[in-house]
Amino acid sequence: MLAKHMAASTANLTAGNTAAAVVPRHAGVVRATHWIAAGCLFALLLSGVEILISHPRFYWGETGNVQMEPLFTLPIPASRGSVPTGYGFVLKDQNGWSRSLHFQSAWLLVFTGALYAAFGLVARHFRRNLLPSGGWSRMAADDPWSYNSLQRIAYSGVVFCLVPLMIWTGLAMSPGFVAAFPFTVTVLGGQQSARTIHFFATVLLVLFVVAHVTMVWRAGFTERVRAMITGRMTRKEDA
Amino acid sequence: MSGFTRRALIGSAAGASGLAAAKLAGSYGLIPPDGGGIWGPGETLTYAAQRVLGRDALAREFRKDQISQPSYANGKPPKDEAYLRSQAAGFADWRLTVDGMVDRPAEFSVADLKTHPSSSQITHLACEEGWSFIAEWTGIPLSRVLELVGASAQAKYVVYRSIQPRWWDSVDMADALHPQTLIAYGMNGGDLPDRHGGPLRVRVPRQLGYKSVKYVTRLTVTDSVDGFGKGKGSFAAERGYAWYNGI
Repeated sequence: MLAKHMAASTANLTAGNTAAAVVPRHAGVVRATHWIAAGCLFALLLSGVEILISHPRFYWGETGNVQMEPLFTLPIPASRGSVPTGYGFVLKDQNGWSRSLHFQSAWLLVFTGALYAAFGLVARHFRRNLLPSGGWSRMAADDPWSYNSLQRIAYSGVVFCLVPLMIWTGLAMSPGFVAAFPFTVTVLGGQQSARTIHFFATVLLVLFVVAHVTMVWRAGFTERVRAMITGRMTRKEDA
Repeated sequence: MSGFTRRALIGSAAGASGLAAAKLAGSYGLIPPDGGGIWGPGETLTYAAQRVLGRDALAREFRKDQISQPSYANGKPPKDEAYLRSQAAGFADWRLTVDGMVDRPAEFSVADLKTHPSSSQITHLACEEGWSFIAEWTGIPLSRVLELVGASAQAKYVVYRSIQPRWWDSVDMADALHPQTLIAYGMNGGDLPDRHGGPLRVRVPRQLGYKSVKYVTRLTVTDSVDGFGKGKGSFAAERGYAWYNGI
C-alpha cells in the first residue's frame, strides 16, 4: 500500500508532457475512508437534526430547560409538545432510532478516522497533501493537481480541528463519559455549552461540505468524483 | 496479490476480528440486552467502552448554589387510580416490593426506607431530548436495599417497575451497586414532589433521565432479562430507545 502510494506520487510529478495520460490520483485508503466518512457525516447530520428538533433551544452552562432563558432558539417546530415554539403542531418523535443511528455512525467515523490518521502519518499523506506548504495560489509550476494553501488549511482544519471538536463536544454531553472524564465537560463550561458548541461545529462542517462540493463541481465534477472512486484521473491540460 | 484477493482478505480479517471481539465482549458481560439487531454494534460499543473505561466512576456533583431554581419537571403525575388513592393517603400504603434472586424477599414502606441512613447528591439530570437541570436527590442507595434482602452474587440485573404499568426498566450490577444509584424519596431538602416521581423514584445519575423511572413499586433481582417483556431490558428499548443510555 505504501509503495503504491509513493509510486503514485512519483507518477504525479513525472507524468508531464503527454496530452492525455491516466495517472494515479488518490490512494486506496484515502478513497475508502473518504466515502465511508461522507456516509457517516450524512447519517450524523440527518439523525442530529432529528435529535435537535426534540428541543430546538440552546443554552450556555450546565443546565437548560424551557423554564430558563435560552441563548437562542431556532425558529422551527419541535417534536415535543412541552417545548414552546409558536407553531400549533408537534412533529413525530424520531429520537429512538435517530440516537442509535447517530452513535453507530459516530463509532464508524471514529474507526475510519483512526485508519485514516494511521495512514496519513505512515504514508506521509498529511505532510504531502494536507499540511500547508508553499504559496496561496495553485502550485501550477510543479503540479497542477496539488492542493493550494487555502485548500490545505480547509482540509487540515476539518480533519485536525472540526471533526475532533465534534467528537469531543458529543462525548461531553454523555453522562457516563463525563463521570469518567469530568474535565472534558468542565473546560467547555458545562453540558449545555457542549451541546451549543456541538451545534455551531455542525454548522461549520456543513458549510465546509457545501464549499467542498461546489469546488469539486467547478473543477470538473465527474472527473473529480471518478478520481475519488477509482483512484485514477485523466489529465488533459498538461502541456 | 491482486486487489480482489487483498480486499477479500481484509474483509474476512475484519469480519473475524469483529466476531472475536463480540465473543470476548459477551464473556465479560459487555453486551447490553438490546445488543442485537441493526443498532447492536453501536449500542454494544458504547456500553462496553463505558464499562471498561469508567465502571466505578462517580457522576459529577455540584454545589448547592448550582441547584436549578425552579426545578423543571417533565410530564404530569399519573392519573392511575392506584396512584391517586395512595397519594390521598399520604403514600402511607406505598410499598416497594423486592423479589427475584434474593434470600429474603421483602416489602418496604417509604417510612421503612427512611429508617436506614440516607444518601444525598447534587447531580445533573439530562433528558435525551436535550434539556437538563440540577437537583439534590436524597434516598437510600439501591446497593443498601440489595444488601437488606440478600441479593444473589449471581445477579446480573435489577429490573424495576413503576405504578404506571407500561413503565419498567433495568440496570446492570455496575449501576445497581454504584454508590450514587438511589431509591430516591427526597428532592432539594423536601419530599420528592409527585411531578418528579414521588414518593419513590430510581435515580441513576450516570445515565440519561429516562433511566430514572418514577413512581417505582417493585424491584426484581435477576440473572437475565429474557423473561421480562420482549427481553430487551426495558420498556424504552421496546420502543426503540437504547437500554443503556450513559450517552
